[in-house]
Amino acid sequence: MSILVYIEQAEGSIKKTSLEAVSFARALADKTNGGEVVAVALGTVSEAELSHVGAAGASKVFHVEDSKLDAGVIQAHAEAVAQVYQKVGSKTLVMAKSSLGDAVAARLAIKLDAALVSNVVELPETDNGYTVKRSIYTGKAFAQTSVTKEHKILAIRKNAVDLKTDGAKASVEKVSLQIPDTNFATKITSTDKATGEILLPEADIVVSGGRGMKGPENWGMIEDLAKELGAATGCSKPVSDIGWRPHHEHVGQTGVKVAPTLYIAVGISGAIQHLAGVNSSKFIVVINKDPEAPFFKAADYGIVGDAFEVLPKLTEAVKAIK
Amino acid sequence: MKILICITHVPDTTSKIQFTDNNTKLDKNGVQFIIGPYDDYALARAVELKEQLNATLTVLNVGEAETEPTLRKALAIGADDAIRVNAFPKDSQFVAEQIAAIAKQNNYDLIMMGRESIDFNGGMVHGMVGELLGIPSISPVMKLEIEGDKVKMAREIEGGKEYLEAKLPLVAGCQEPIAEWKIPNMRGIMSARTKPLTVVEPASQNVATEVINFQLPPAKGTVKLVDKDNVAELVRLLKNEAKVL
Repeated sequence: MSILVYIEQAEGSIKKTSLEAVSFARALADKTNGGEVVAVALGTVSEAELSHVGAAGASKVFHVEDSKLDAGVIQAHAEAVAQVYQKVGSKTLVMAKSSLGDAVAARLAIKLDAALVSNVVELPETDNGYTVKRSIYTGKAFAQTSVTKEHKILAIRKNAVDLKTDGAKASVEKVSLQIPDTNFATKITSTDKATGEILLPEADIVVSGGRGMKGPENWGMIEDLAKELGAATGCSKPVSDIGWRPHHEHVGQTGVKVAPTLYIAVGISGAIQHLAGVNSSKFIVVINKDPEAPFFKAADYGIVGDAFEVLPKLTEAVKAIK
Repeated sequence: MKILICITHVPDTTSKIQFTDNNTKLDKNGVQFIIGPYDDYALARAVELKEQLNATLTVLNVGEAETEPTLRKALAIGADDAIRVNAFPKDSQFVAEQIAAIAKQNNYDLIMMGRESIDFNGGMVHGMVGELLGIPSISPVMKLEIEGDKVKMAREIEGGKEYLEAKLPLVAGCQEPIAEWKIPNMRGIMSARTKPLTVVEPASQNVATEVINFQLPPAKGTVKLVDKDNVAELVRLLKNEAKVL
């Protein structure tokens, strides 16, 4: 029995989080029935790019090469994935949690009469029934969730599994689908997206600044460190509320939840709402001049010191080890 | 114009989460419950639309009797009437089916809710309701304007936003900065007491998942502090000890 993975692309490149979803599916197949992992990609993507999905663990990619699907029209993507799922005859669909993935997964759950479990943090337990561990209360807790439906959709969180890079090339099969026009009723008129930046939800390293940075004019120091580390930049809620940084950089309970390998917080006191957005990080570094800042209690490493003195030194020290 | 706003009744964002009954129930001791912060944004935008378009606002919660103060607060903020589906919200599918059943009876032009609840963070209910009703579902929506039967929206995507146009009816999962949260005034609080709050029984009992137990994350060890004059030591630790550089 094959596991199907919905892989997302951005401007023709497969997202890294989607490749992680492929590796998750591969590990799940190894654990259960040893079946195949197949992927579905929508819109314009090169065949070379698609075959890379094999390295992450898929043996085959179904490519619906319809340029109308380049944009992430939620209903149309859900319909396309549902059709491929039925064609494959799969019983499990795996995908990465994302802005589009979440919206598509919910519609698919109804279309496929499937149980959808989101924020999955590790491989399901399948020895006795089928239980999935998911993150809840914005990372403050986990729920072991039992799934009783035959069809299952797992939306996985970043870092739920290690990315596999040694698989063989995947074969690519072009599929053409009939997607009724009603699914394109919502029109995407334009997009406004930062280009060339490392995207916050997908980044392995995140450098975030808070009010301790004193003003948007000082963000160059955050950006310099981020650039040296190949990191994305984030900020606390007050910083986004006062407009120092755009909303899509707000990390926290009501903003972006991140799960990077390394999270560096500079001049952020560590309010419980901010911690909720970062507590899935593997390692946390806190730089704050206030030794009593609550963030130090959640940190692995810390420096008590002035951000304006520490940041340039840190950037230099990172440069030095390269 | 009829707008339905679906709200959740969730622990305040500053709550310390703990469990009881052998880790099968949330420990509500000392926990203050609020309208879900994202739902609160949806409600605030709906109140603005009401003023602009002369709309009527119905607020809906799937929950047991304890959630009524939360519904009353939504009435105080500006909803005209409230519906409570009298059931514990067992999972996303269960909640979505209740909302869809109410929506089928009342033909709302617009259904709004938060992008996700802050307890289970599934972010699924809006999409499920859209699919159950056969209408578009858009989330997370950070801007929503209505011009005739056309809805202009901005949706947050990784690293930015996209602008969309769709026609009513539709379902929107909302987030900041769609509107500023509204604080009820005294007149609102007074009038909320007499606004209608209807209790209905669930239309179906289907669930797709069931929580077996809850777990708390392992406690963090103590932070390892590095002197501010020896920043290179931090980089060394990150490289050799944490092995993340």
